Amino acid sequence: MPDLGKYAEAVLSSYAVSLVLLIILVALSWRRAVRIKSALREIEERQKKDG
Amino acid sequence: MSSIWVYANPKKFIDTTDRFLPALAVMSVSCLVVGLVWGFFFTPDDFRQGSTVKIIYLHVPAALMAINAWLMMLVASIIWIVRRHHVSARAARAAAPVGVVMTLIALATGALWGQPMWGTWWAWDPRLTSFLILFLFYLGYIALWEAIEDADTAADLTSILCLVGSVFALLSRYAVNFWNQGLHQGASLSLDKEENVADVFYFPLLVCIAGFVLLFIALVFLRTQTEIRARRMRALMARDRMEA
Repeated sequence: MPDLGKYAEAVLSSYAVSLVLLIILVALSWRRAVRIKSALREIEERQKKDG
Repeated sequence: MSSIWVYANPKKFIDTTDRFLPALAVMSVSCLVVGLVWGFFFTPDDFRQGSTVKIIYLHVPAALMAINAWLMMLVASIIWIVRRHHVSARAARAAAPVGVVMTLIALATGALWGQPMWGTWWAWDPRLTSFLILFLFYLGYIALWEAIEDADTAADLTSILCLVGSVFALLSRYAVNFWNQGLHQGASLSLDKEENVADVFYFPLLVCIAGFVLLFIALVFLRTQTEIRARRMRALMARDRMEA
């Protein structure tokens, strides 16, 4: 760990805030993609079955 | 060579982006890990800014992407207005949440850097203010999409909002160049060697920028695919309801 001196709080907070925001963005995008994809597949299969 | 407009076909767009997504995801994560580890652990402190210089590896790429995401939305909106391609309207909508997160990171890291360096979290400086307005435009754009039920009307109105907001996207990019007042320093990246950051900071910064750009592209591809599928799902459900 590098010595961040008196600015450690500012630097570490910047990294923490940014990484948390990026992880939330990726996780939410991924979760919605998976949900919509499986819901669409379900509807398409049901419609195919119903003719 | 096939025309770019073949990707206006939703199926073609999904098939093509599906092929690139895994590689884009791996490359973006690799660049971000390498760039951030390099910048955080293996670069020296700046003689004026001390260790706060390490914040540029997040602040500069995020600010760059906040502006460029809006410009990408502008291009997609113009394509929607002129050619009425649904994929372009979906792509603009898909990019907005990514852009708002980039803007938020730029604002948050800027405030965290500003407190020890300027002695204040916030100043009504031209660049900071135009960035805050850009953030509000992003929120308004997302809210407008959510508020209107008819997708075509929503795409029309959000495209107009995007055109108006572009003024602030450009202003936040160039405010430091022509507005010779305020606290914000000049651009960190410049073609002028004298104005550019030193090489020791510049190369890890470039890797971080590449990581942010690739992450943005990957997320826009993924989210556009989701928007296309959600639209098809709504259409199929509407057909179901009419048949019932």
